[in-house]
Amino acid sequence: METKAFQKIYTKITQITKATCSLKATGIGYEEMAIVHGRLAQVVKIMGEDVTLQIFSGTEGIPTNAEVVFLGRPPVLKVGEELSGRFFDAYGDPIDGRPAIEGEERQIGGPSVNPVRRKQPSEFIPTGIAGIDLNNALVTGQKIPFFADPDQPYNEIMAMVALRADADKIILGGMGLTNDDYLYYKNVFENAGALDRIISFVNTTENPPVERILVPDMALTAAEYFAVDKKQKVLVLLTDMTLYADALSIVSNRMDQIPSKDSMPGSLYSDLAKIYEKAVQFPDGGSITIIAVTTLSGGDITHAIPDNTGYITEGQLFLRKDTDIGKVVVDPFRSLSRLKQLVIGSKTRPDHPQVMNAAIRLYADAANAKTKQENGFDLTDYDERTLNFAKDYSNKLLAIDVNVEVDQMLETTWNLFGEHFSQVEVGIKQEFVDKHWPTENSSEV
Amino acid sequence: MEKINKMTKGTVAGIIANLVFVEVDGPVQQNEICYIDLEGTKLMAEVIKVNGTQAYVQVFESTRGLKVNHTVEFTGHMLEVTLGPGILSKNYDGLQNDLDKMDGVFLKRGEHTNPLEDDKKWEYKPIAKVGDVLEAGGWIGEVKENWMPHKIMVPFKFEGKYTVKSVTKAGEYTIHDTMAVVTDEKGKEINLTMIQKWPVKLAVKAYKEKPRPFKLLETGVRVIDTLNPIAEGGTGFIPGPFGTGKTVLQHALSKQAEADMIIVAACGERANEVVEIFTEFPELDDPRTGRKLMERTTIIANTSNMPVAAREASVYTAMTLGEYYRAMGLKVLLLADSTSRWAQALREMSNRMEELPGQDAFPMDLPAIISNFYSRAGFTYLNNGESGSITFIGTVSPAGGNLKEPVTESTKKAARCFYALSQQRADSKRYPAIDALESYSKYAEYPELQDYFRKNIDPDWPEKIALARDILIRSREVSEQINILGDDGVPVEYHNRFWKGEVIDFVICQQDAFDEVDRSASLDRQKYMLNRVLDIYHTNFSFESFEDVGTYFKRMINSMKQMNYAVYESDKYHDSEKELNSIIEERKTA
Ligand SMILES: Nc1ncnc2c1ncn2[C@@H]1O[C@H](COP(=O)(O)OP(=O)(O)OP(=O)(O)O)[C@@H](O)[C@H]1O
Ligand SMILES: [Mg+2]
Repeated sequence: METKAFQKIYTKITQITKATCSLKATGIGYEEMAIVHGRLAQVVKIMGEDVTLQIFSGTEGIPTNAEVVFLGRPPVLKVGEELSGRFFDAYGDPIDGRPAIEGEERQIGGPSVNPVRRKQPSEFIPTGIAGIDLNNALVTGQKIPFFADPDQPYNEIMAMVALRADADKIILGGMGLTNDDYLYYKNVFENAGALDRIISFVNTTENPPVERILVPDMALTAAEYFAVDKKQKVLVLLTDMTLYADALSIVSNRMDQIPSKDSMPGSLYSDLAKIYEKAVQFPDGGSITIIAVTTLSGGDITHAIPDNTGYITEGQLFLRKDTDIGKVVVDPFRSLSRLKQLVIGSKTRPDHPQVMNAAIRLYADAANAKTKQENGFDLTDYDERTLNFAKDYSNKLLAIDVNVEVDQMLETTWNLFGEHFSQVEVGIKQEFVDKHWPTENSSEV
Repeated sequence: MEKINKMTKGTVAGIIANLVFVEVDGPVQQNEICYIDLEGTKLMAEVIKVNGTQAYVQVFESTRGLKVNHTVEFTGHMLEVTLGPGILSKNYDGLQNDLDKMDGVFLKRGEHTNPLEDDKKWEYKPIAKVGDVLEAGGWIGEVKENWMPHKIMVPFKFEGKYTVKSVTKAGEYTIHDTMAVVTDEKGKEINLTMIQKWPVKLAVKAYKEKPRPFKLLETGVRVIDTLNPIAEGGTGFIPGPFGTGKTVLQHALSKQAEADMIIVAACGERANEVVEIFTEFPELDDPRTGRKLMERTTIIANTSNMPVAAREASVYTAMTLGEYYRAMGLKVLLLADSTSRWAQALREMSNRMEELPGQDAFPMDLPAIISNFYSRAGFTYLNNGESGSITFIGTVSPAGGNLKEPVTESTKKAARCFYALSQQRADSKRYPAIDALESYSKYAEYPELQDYFRKNIDPDWPEKIALARDILIRSREVSEQINILGDDGVPVEYHNRFWKGEVIDFVICQQDAFDEVDRSASLDRQKYMLNRVLDIYHTNFSFESFEDVGTYFKRMINSMKQMNYAVYESDKYHDSEKELNSIIEERKTA
């Protein structure tokens, strides 16, 4: 970044902490950007002439006579069609070796959409994964995270979902991505020939952690440009939001703020909500859908990060390793898409809601049978059948390597019903049973 | 209220997020509203602390770009709402800006819109007569707002008695026209229009008395009305982990409850949930009036991405609108989702001010703030002998789903009904996930309300409710034993007892909020169903083995669920009941 004539330059820093520098300056705007000793910084506090700047990459090695240049503006991103296919860092500077883009400057972290200008989401996003499409259908304008343990293949799943979803633009916000994962995304997008509709803002583990704080706002500013100005369907992937929240806690800790639960800042809910609420459906067709990853520690969803996330997002997709089949599945009990009601049975086949509920209920019966078995009680014939059903259901539907159309998922489920149960046990409305109950099976009716 | 002659001015001296320090040149009052001039954009802010000549103000909008020495103008009044016809069916933000009047897709800083319509004509009819002596809240006339009689009143701010000097004759007028002229005790004449203002943080006290609630407020939700009833003018709260059904339950209440007016305060929650109301309510019928639900509803939307400081204002704005309609003799139901977000906003500000933190870094006075707010609800007798009420139900979003946290605990002290949503019930899709036994209604124990039940529902109603709870408790106890000892490790009678509780759970406690019919049950219907399940409880059945018990009761439950899904007393309803009767006959013993 060059310095321009009207910019104010200072060379006398009065205080340095781990995260901030302070100096005397006048005429400075709140949240204005500055460059301190070549590093990007932002105004976080003004008290009379004392201005405190947060240095995103840390204050190591900054001398008291460092050059401080105020840029006279809040953080911005240059937007335009040329964003497509490009890779940027957390500041919106290219990291793909190509020149910076020319475009209109937009402030990041801008205002919220007026709620009365929104439209109720109603467009189904098929992903081919039955654990999602069948049980937890996604809708444009929705915001939903994967809750996953760090060792689960969530980045692979996200990439897969992104490529299968019918989106005009896919925007990746990578926070604390390992270099390998970053290259993985790059390769997958390249190999799929999808690079021209993908834009990435990436902070890897090699970059300073605090820089991550800028990534979601950068990604969402780009998303708003395409969704509002270009009326496009935009899918935003944010991975890993737990590392984003960790960066927030580092900052608040260094600034001596009183921590609340799990040493997270008291404003965590609002900070996360500001990001996730950018998900929106507009009446003219433009939309922003956010799929995120929140890694858990030891599956604990009561930790402040997943807990606050769950209170904000429209459901969650819970990944779990099913040891019976040795595959990762989307857990039907702990996962929930709160917007699925808006599409299943109306945008998909009318038997969808009933088939979904019946299968989950039978799967729950299997879980009870399993507990019985583990406690050494005898199993009834019904218990045995639910266990067999559960295994097939996991393998043929819940496993994340499934890739079929919704109609096929429904057919598969009906076949499993016919194979393992009587019509009474399945308990679905007769009109659907008459239409879909498999005939070639010799199950008793 | 003091009149401040020369308006105080100030300049910005410091900024930390939305906390701004202002150097002032004159007197300021606590909670006074001021406007900060950010190069032409007026940011609204509220004084929250004064120290010498420095006022600490919380800004209701983003402070991005704000600079030291920007000028500030104080207004001399606290945060006020404008009260008058036109509030119904509106979508306001937390500061009563009309969201539909705002330009563009995005909310703009400093954009303030008129909460009412200046030019709209209202059909006016006088009520007061020349010579009448009225106090604040006294009715001078009424206009039709949608279908509701909207009273034009002596402003709440007026102290003492006022004599009506003249009344405007019936006709069509705007909110700014003079509807009556009154003289105060000193003989000074005052023109009254259709509108008045009131500071939201102060309770409106324009009523004669606030008795203990003594009537039932019907909600149509069985587990509330039958097992944990809320009184008209009562208070309740719904705590529950995320995804357990707080919002779905509140939306159900807003659609079905027996109230004249519903105010929904979406406080720090999802925008899409508000959009759902915007989208559905104009289409849905209010079964009691045949009009559209939106006609009796006002929405205060301060969603989680809207300015944090305005969350606090939003619940007070909602309460004040409620108090205004209560003073017209109406039954108001006020819903706030979620009061935890409001408490969190208080926490953010308290931390910024470096106040000594209480538990979980919430401000020390949180319990007092919450109980003060809940105390504004209530049933009131107005000065003219009529009555009006505000029933308030808030949700609480406990961190980690743990009810031992400050917001839940403070609210428990303030609210009289407790509707605990259980994760386990939600996981097993037993909706609404209200745990009937953990939950309670203090009103159920009020002699006033018990009398009301005996007179209006059933002479033995309180005993029947107690018995139903008892059956549920015993069923839960045996279910634990069955889990430990195994199905065949306990006597068959245990299974019988367990399933008699399950009947109550499935038929009374569970209810499908998304089913056209089942979602709301009339009191009559609830009484009939409770009697039916208690009859089953009193009936002896014979079973050979434990395996028969579950299968048999499941069939009974299924017929009764079909009854719940059928229109009351329709053919389908009676068919299912016949089926139930014949199932009962199969195993009934003397
Ligand atoms: N009575 C009900 N009947 C059927 N489904 C329900 C019911 N209540 C809740 N649900 C299901 O649970 C989901 C979550 O409910 P809701 O949004 O009310 O939760 P919440 O407690 O408000 O969560 P949060 O604290 O995150 O806002 C709904 O989208 C719906 O799928
Ligand atoms: Mg909710």
